[in-house]
Amino acid sequence: MPVVLSTDLIMYLLVLMVVYMAVLVRRDGYIKDAWRTIRSRKLAMISLLILLTFGAIALADSIRWRDAVTDEDGSISHATDGSVIYDMRPLTLLDRALSELRTNTEKTFSAPLATHQFTKEMMTRADGSTGRDYPPLKYPGTHLLGTGKVGNDVLFTALKSIRTGIIIGAGTTIIIIPFAIFFGVMAGFYGGLIDDAIQYIYTTLSSIPDILLIVAFMLLFGNKGFQGGLVNQADTLLNFFVLNDRLFWLCFIMGITSWTGLCRLLRGETLKLREMEYIQASKAFGVSKSRLIVRHIVPNVMHLVLITMVLQFSGLVLAEAVLSYIGIGVGVEIASWGNMINTARMELSREPVVWWNLLGAFIFMFALVLPANIFGDAARDALDPKLRTK
Amino acid sequence: MHTYIIRRLLYAIPILIGVNLITTLLFFYVNTPDDMARQILGDKNVTAESVENWKREHGYDLPLFINNSEEGLSKITQTVFAEKCAPLLWFDFGRSDRNNIDIGSQIRTRMWPSLAIAVPTFIVAIFVNLIFAMILAYVRGTYLDVWGVIFCVSMMSISSLFFIISGQFVLGKMLKLFPISGFDTGIYGIKFVILPIVIGIIASIGGSARFYRIVFLEEIGKDYIRTARAKGLSEGKVLFKHGLKNAMIPILTNVVVALPFLFYGSLIMENFFAIPGLGSFTIDAIQSQDFAIVRSMVYLGSILYIIGLILTDISYTLVDPRIRLK
Repeated sequence: MPVVLSTDLIMYLLVLMVVYMAVLVRRDGYIKDAWRTIRSRKLAMISLLILLTFGAIALADSIRWRDAVTDEDGSISHATDGSVIYDMRPLTLLDRALSELRTNTEKTFSAPLATHQFTKEMMTRADGSTGRDYPPLKYPGTHLLGTGKVGNDVLFTALKSIRTGIIIGAGTTIIIIPFAIFFGVMAGFYGGLIDDAIQYIYTTLSSIPDILLIVAFMLLFGNKGFQGGLVNQADTLLNFFVLNDRLFWLCFIMGITSWTGLCRLLRGETLKLREMEYIQASKAFGVSKSRLIVRHIVPNVMHLVLITMVLQFSGLVLAEAVLSYIGIGVGVEIASWGNMINTARMELSREPVVWWNLLGAFIFMFALVLPANIFGDAARDALDPKLRTK
Repeated sequence: MHTYIIRRLLYAIPILIGVNLITTLLFFYVNTPDDMARQILGDKNVTAESVENWKREHGYDLPLFINNSEEGLSKITQTVFAEKCAPLLWFDFGRSDRNNIDIGSQIRTRMWPSLAIAVPTFIVAIFVNLIFAMILAYVRGTYLDVWGVIFCVSMMSISSLFFIISGQFVLGKMLKLFPISGFDTGIYGIKFVILPIVIGIIASIGGSARFYRIVFLEEIGKDYIRTARAKGLSEGKVLFKHGLKNAMIPILTNVVVALPFLFYGSLIMENFFAIPGLGSFTIDAIQSQDFAIVRSMVYLGSILYIIGLILTDISYTLVDPRIRLK
């Protein structure tokens, strides 16, 4: 029984975009030239490879379906009206591929690659005496990054967080691209009253402090709908599509706070393009305004959209951690690096210190954001070197 | 110049009204006063009567925008928007929903601890980053420069939470150099503010230093620098005397807009270090869902942002006399 979240759709859209770019690289002259510049930079290529690996993991974590509930004898159980009962919790491709990591949980904390539990417990020793000691783990030496408070494997949690990070980093921009293009190009192309109105809207929106707008919005919308664990029948459309997804709302409102920059950039570029000879020539030929915008202006501002997307990515991933810390982020049921850092804060004040949750989040976050920064710079330089100082 | 500033200030009024409308819609239209009353009174044992009482006490029993039961002008004035939100326009912040404290006086007392952290962080961070960026520009093209940039990008890729948590842990808990958190007034406060300031500076290094370096490099490529070199000036003098002055224009615009927000403090930093400033005030209000406070802080933030934009424009004319504001 497949389940598709609205954030899964974003993920598929992102994959489609990457595939489309790969096709363009072979055909389009301008993108081809940019690609050649990027390819000559070794660091950027390594970064791209890492990003694609992360993307593949996130994609695997976005394909999910629900299994039928089975009886003890292994046969599929049916409801009274004869329909098959499905598990409330959909499992993703990644969950299934790493089912060992997912299900091999311990009782509580254990250090990376430890053979014994981190905390003492009353237990019977091998010689028959009882006392407080460190009990052996069920799966000694298999937890590369140790286990968390409820015995979950930290490596698995960190891997699950990749999807959250990528959706927030890229999905946020994807959601608002249509709005930014529409308003930015309209303002730049028509000018006058339309320009004033659109400028007023984005100045007003950008003068509200980002974090407070997000807080207000998430307090209102965040606590309803899908939170990450169980799928409620009431939240689904056509039995498989979940629109009301907390992560989606977070992306949406983070998008609202970040679209003004892109909108302003597109407006400026359209203002410039409007006066170019080729636009004047098309006008003289009697090309209609709508056609002028769709055929001649929008394609020529797309590189700015692309640059904004890669440059915003790392900032958004880092912002997620801060939001989760305040308690208005993705919510506790969705694995995210922000949540890991948040729990690590308490764990650091324990004696002795539990440090591996923080380390896990640090390594994975750094491994995603650093290549994103390096690749983003390379992509910007290749697509539009003039943007450097902005 | 004066007419320009006056016009900008006048233009701020519709924007502030817009901000007010958006926050009113967000806080009242979607989250009705009934919901608020239930949240604050607690979900259990809430009768319709006590909800009504709470709403009347806090002035939320009126219609949102238009009161049809009244006549004439009071059709508009006897509403939640006019009573609760419009007074923000003349800085009347009202009282909080939960403890009935005066928000305006809270803001006035709490801005000082915020300033005590934010101002030193801001000033020292600019100096540290400028010096770091100038050194990188001085050694441009060498391995030192490459590694400096890699260092900057790496610092940018680390969440500020890591800097705070690990700084608190290493400097506060392990080395016991500073108290982990807390605040005190006067001379005793110094030991509490050093740690957040140091961490704030470290966290700012990556992004700013890299940006300043790019600005410097752009400036160094210009003709007047070549002329200065041709005159026989030393490289240091060229860079620090001629380059720095001109590079200040883009740097200023980047910095001045943040100036008013120093009052506001840093939400995360103040929360971590238990500093009783405006940032922790906001976070506490968010976590206890006190919308009167959150509304006031949204409004205050918007004012500061608009002031920042105007200050940026003015600072342009100060550093570059060629720019005339009309």
